[in-house]
Amino acid sequence: MESEKSTNGANHYENVACPFCGMACDDLDIGPSGNGSLKVLKNGCARSVAGFERPFIEKSPEIDGKNVSLDEAIAAAARLIRDSRLPIFGGLGTDVEGTRAVMALAERGGGVVDHALSASVYRNVRVMQSSGWLTTTLTEARNRADLFIIAGSDINKSNPRFFERIVCNEASMFSDNPPKRTVIFLGEGLDQSAAKGERIGDVLTIPCKIDRIGEILDAMRAIQKGAAITADTIGGLPRATVEDLFARYKASTYGVIVWNPASFDFPGGDLTVQTICEFIKESNATSRFAGLSLGGNEGSPSVTAVCAWQSGYPLRVSYANGKPEYDAERYDATRLLASRESDLLVWLASFGDDLVPPDTDVPTIVLGTPGLKLKRQPKIFIPVGTPGVDHVGRAIRVDNVVSLPLRKLRQSKLPSAPDVLASIEAAL
Amino acid sequence: MLIKLTGGRIYDPANEVDGEVRDIFIENGRIVSPPPNPKVDHEYPVHGRVIMAGGIDPHSHIGGGKMTIARMMLPEDHIGQEFARTDITRAGVGYAIPSTMTAGYRYAEMGYTAAFEPAMLPSNARQAHMELADTAIIDKGAFAMLGSDDFFLRQLAAKSDFSAIKDYIAWTMHATQAIAVKVVNPGGISAFKFNQRKLDLDEKHTYYGVSPRDIIVTLARGLKELGVVHPIHIHGCNLGVPGGVETTLATIKGAEGLPIHLTHIQFHSYGTEGDMKFSSAAAQVAEAVNTNPNVSCDVGQVMFGQTCTASGDSMRQFVNTRSAYPKKWVVMDIECDAGCGVVPFKYRDKSFVNALQWAIGLELFLLINDPWRLFLTTDHPNGGPFTCYPHLIRLLMDKTFRQEMMQTINQDALKYSTLSTLDREYTLYEIAIMTRAGPARSLGLADRGHLGVGACADITVYDDNPDREAMFATPELLFKNGELIVRNGKIVKAVNGATHVARPSYDRSIERQLKPYFDDYNTVRMENFRLSDDEITDNGRGSLIIQPTKARVA
Repeated sequence: MESEKSTNGANHYENVACPFCGMACDDLDIGPSGNGSLKVLKNGCARSVAGFERPFIEKSPEIDGKNVSLDEAIAAAARLIRDSRLPIFGGLGTDVEGTRAVMALAERGGGVVDHALSASVYRNVRVMQSSGWLTTTLTEARNRADLFIIAGSDINKSNPRFFERIVCNEASMFSDNPPKRTVIFLGEGLDQSAAKGERIGDVLTIPCKIDRIGEILDAMRAIQKGAAITADTIGGLPRATVEDLFARYKASTYGVIVWNPASFDFPGGDLTVQTICEFIKESNATSRFAGLSLGGNEGSPSVTAVCAWQSGYPLRVSYANGKPEYDAERYDATRLLASRESDLLVWLASFGDDLVPPDTDVPTIVLGTPGLKLKRQPKIFIPVGTPGVDHVGRAIRVDNVVSLPLRKLRQSKLPSAPDVLASIEAAL
Repeated sequence: MLIKLTGGRIYDPANEVDGEVRDIFIENGRIVSPPPNPKVDHEYPVHGRVIMAGGIDPHSHIGGGKMTIARMMLPEDHIGQEFARTDITRAGVGYAIPSTMTAGYRYAEMGYTAAFEPAMLPSNARQAHMELADTAIIDKGAFAMLGSDDFFLRQLAAKSDFSAIKDYIAWTMHATQAIAVKVVNPGGISAFKFNQRKLDLDEKHTYYGVSPRDIIVTLARGLKELGVVHPIHIHGCNLGVPGGVETTLATIKGAEGLPIHLTHIQFHSYGTEGDMKFSSAAAQVAEAVNTNPNVSCDVGQVMFGQTCTASGDSMRQFVNTRSAYPKKWVVMDIECDAGCGVVPFKYRDKSFVNALQWAIGLELFLLINDPWRLFLTTDHPNGGPFTCYPHLIRLLMDKTFRQEMMQTINQDALKYSTLSTLDREYTLYEIAIMTRAGPARSLGLADRGHLGVGACADITVYDDNPDREAMFATPELLFKNGELIVRNGKIVKAVNGATHVARPSYDRSIERQLKPYFDDYNTVRMENFRLSDDEITDNGRGSLIIQPTKARVA
C-alpha cells in the first residue's frame, strides 16, 4: 500500500483519512509545516489538528530509561513476554494491521487481549449479545434522517465533525429541497452549538440526567405499546416533555438516535444502551427508525472487529490455555493488573499522546507515540509511528461497515507497531 | 520438483473422465503431461483412491461485516468449539460462524480449495477482503452486491444510457475487487429504508419507481454484455415466503433467456398448499430449471441444528427476527448502498416447517437433471454450516441413508413433498460436477475445478469409503498448488490463498459522474472507496488472480 503521490505540490496530500476519531473522515488535506510536523490544510477539527500537528519527535527505544537499539529493545521485550505467567496486551490504540500483529503475538505468548476503551465498547457489545439492535451508518443518516436525537453524549467533543458532515449537510440524495431537520439533545450539559445552518429546524435540549435516559426511553416504549402513563414526572422530566418527544419521534419518517457508549459511564450503563435499542427495534414494526453509536476512538472499532474475526470474540480474550477464551469480566485488563493475576503489561498506544497505561507497578512494555504522556517510567519503551501519519494502515469506522486506507504522510524513522510486534513474535 | 500420484481413480468431469485409473504428474504447482522419462521426486501411491480437483464452494458467507457481527453476537456458537494454536495453525473458534482462520482450515480439511463470499457490500468491500485475507489456505473471491444501491437506482430511474450503467457495474467490480455481481432482494433493501415491507417482482419502489424485474433484467443484460462469465447471481424477492415459488417462476420467465444464477433456491420454492399453507413447490421449480438452460442455481440446503442467518436482505430478515433463536438480532441500513440482517436460527427436525425446508432442498437436488447447472451449498451459514457438506453428500448418494433420515423428521412435512418418491442416487461423477467442475465453469475459473494438463494442482484424494459422509469429511490428501496441505484430514502445512477477480472493461469517464456523487452524498471519497491491488496482495498475505472475461459488447 504505497501512499499516493501528492498532487498539490510537495507533500500536500488530498483525501486523507484521519485516524484520530471513530468517524475516520477521509476528506482532509494535509501538508508539511516544517521539522517533519504536519499541518491540516482543509477539513480539520480539534481532534485531527491535535493529532496531525503534534511536534514530530523521533526517539530512541529505552530500557529502564536508557537509550538502547531497537533490536535490544525487541529482544528484551521478547524475554519478558516469554517469561511472563500471563502477559496482558492492553491499550491497543492501533489499526487493523496492528491488531493482526497483536493477536498473533498474544496467541504465541499466551496472553490476554483488551482495549483501553473496552468498558465503553462493552456497553454496546453486551446489548448486541443479549438482545441486538437496528442501526444505520453515516452516509445513510446523512442523506435520510429527518430527526436526530442525541442521547446523553457530547458528540461534538468525541466526534467533532459529526454535525457538520452528517446533520448540517446541505445536499440530500432524496430531495433537491430537503426538509429541515429536528435535532434533540437529550441530556444536560450537551454542547448543541454545532447544530446550525440551513438544514437545521428545531433544536431542543431536554436537560435530563444522563443516567435517567433509560427511564425516559422505557416510558416511550410503554407509550408506544399503548400504556397510559399517569406519573407527573418521568426520569425527572415533566410527563408532557416526554410526550412531546414521543410525538416528534412519531412525526419523523426516519429518525436516528445517536449515542456514544463512553457517555454512559455509570453502573448498568449498558442498560441505557439496551433501552434505546429496544425502543428502536419496536419502532420499526410500523415505521423506520435507527440507532447510530459513535465514539470509537483510539482504534477501538478496528481492534474489536479484527479480534472478533480472528478469535471469534470481541476483545477480553485470553490465550493463556492456548485456546481463545472469552470472559468480559475475568479478562478485564484493569482487574487482572489490580489483582496481580498478570505479571506483565504490554501497552500499545500509537494514535494519541494521552492513552497512557494504568498506574501499576506491574512491569510494563510500552509501544507508544514518542510524546506519550507516561506517568511512570516503563521497563521498556519503544516509540512507534502513527498509522495514517508515519506509515500506511487501515481503520474500521465507528459504524462498523466502512473502513478506510490510512496513508503515510511523511518520512519517519519510527518503526510501525505491526513491524515491532512481528519482530517480538519472531524472537519468542 | 516432480510429484506423481500413482494409480488413483480420476473423477474429472470437465475433461469427461469418469473414474478411470490414471497417474497424475505435478510440477511447479501445475498438472503436467506424463514426462517421457519421469524423474519423480515424490510419489504418492493412491491405488484405489478417488481423485477429484479441490472442492469449490460458489456461495458461502465467510467474510465481511455481517459475519463479524454474527461472530460477536454469538459466543454461544464458539464455546466448546475452541481450537488452540499449533506449530502450523492459528487458534480459532466456531461451529456455524467460525473465526476466519478456522474457516479456512475446515474447508481444507474437507478437501476444498476455494470458497466465494457471495454478498460483499461495496461499502464493506475493504473489510470483506481483509477477513478473506485472514481466511487460511483456500482461494477466495467475492461478489459485489448491486441493485439496492442508490447510484444504480438513480441511473435506472433516470433511464440512463445503458452503456453508463454497464460502466458503473464494471467500475464497481474493479473498485471492490470482485469476481461477480449479486443482487439481493432487488431494490427491496432500499425500499425497506423507505418503509416498504415487501417488494414483489413487478411492484414499484416507492421512491425510484422501478421494479425488481427492471433491476434483474438490467443487471443480467449488463453482465452478459460486459462479458463477465458468472451471470447475475440472484437472491430473489420474497425469500422464505410461502407462495414465493410464483416469484421464482416469474423471475425465470422474466429473464427472457438471459443467463441468470438463482441462489439458495430452496428458500424460494415454497407453495401454499395444505393446512399449514406451506408446501413444497420444488417440482415446479425443478421443471422450470430443467427446461431453461439459461438458468443455473445452488440449493441452500437446510441442515438441522443451530446456526445463524446472515443476509444483505434487511427487508426479509427484519420479518425473520420474529423467529430469532436465541432471541437477539441485528438489522442495519447501510451507506445508501445496501443493508444486512443477522438473525440466529435453529432448524429443528421435528418442526413441520424446518423438516419441509430440508425435504424441499433434497427434492431440488434430486429433481434437477443437470448437475452442471446445480451447485451444492447450504448457503453457509444460513441453511447450516459448510461442514455439513459430507452429510449432505451422503444424503444425495445413499438412498437407504436418506430414507432412514426421513424417518427421524416431522412426518407431516413429508406429506407435502415428493421426496419419498424419489429414488435417484448421485454418482461420484455428478458430485464432482456439483462441487468442483460446475462452480469453476460457472465462475469462469480458467484453470481450477479440473485435473487436465495445465490445471492448478488443487487436488483432493479420498478413500473410497462406502460411507460417503466419512469419505468426504476426511480426505486422505489435499494438495494446494501442488503442495501437500492435508493428510488424513489434518493440516500439515498452512499457506495463504489467492483472490480471484474479474475485470470487465469500462470507460473511466464514469468517474466524472461518480466523483460528484461521492462528494455530495457519500461520507467516503471515491478515491478511498476503491481498493488497490496492493491492499489484496498486502505484503504477501494474499495474491491476485485475474480471471478472463469475454469481450464487451457495446
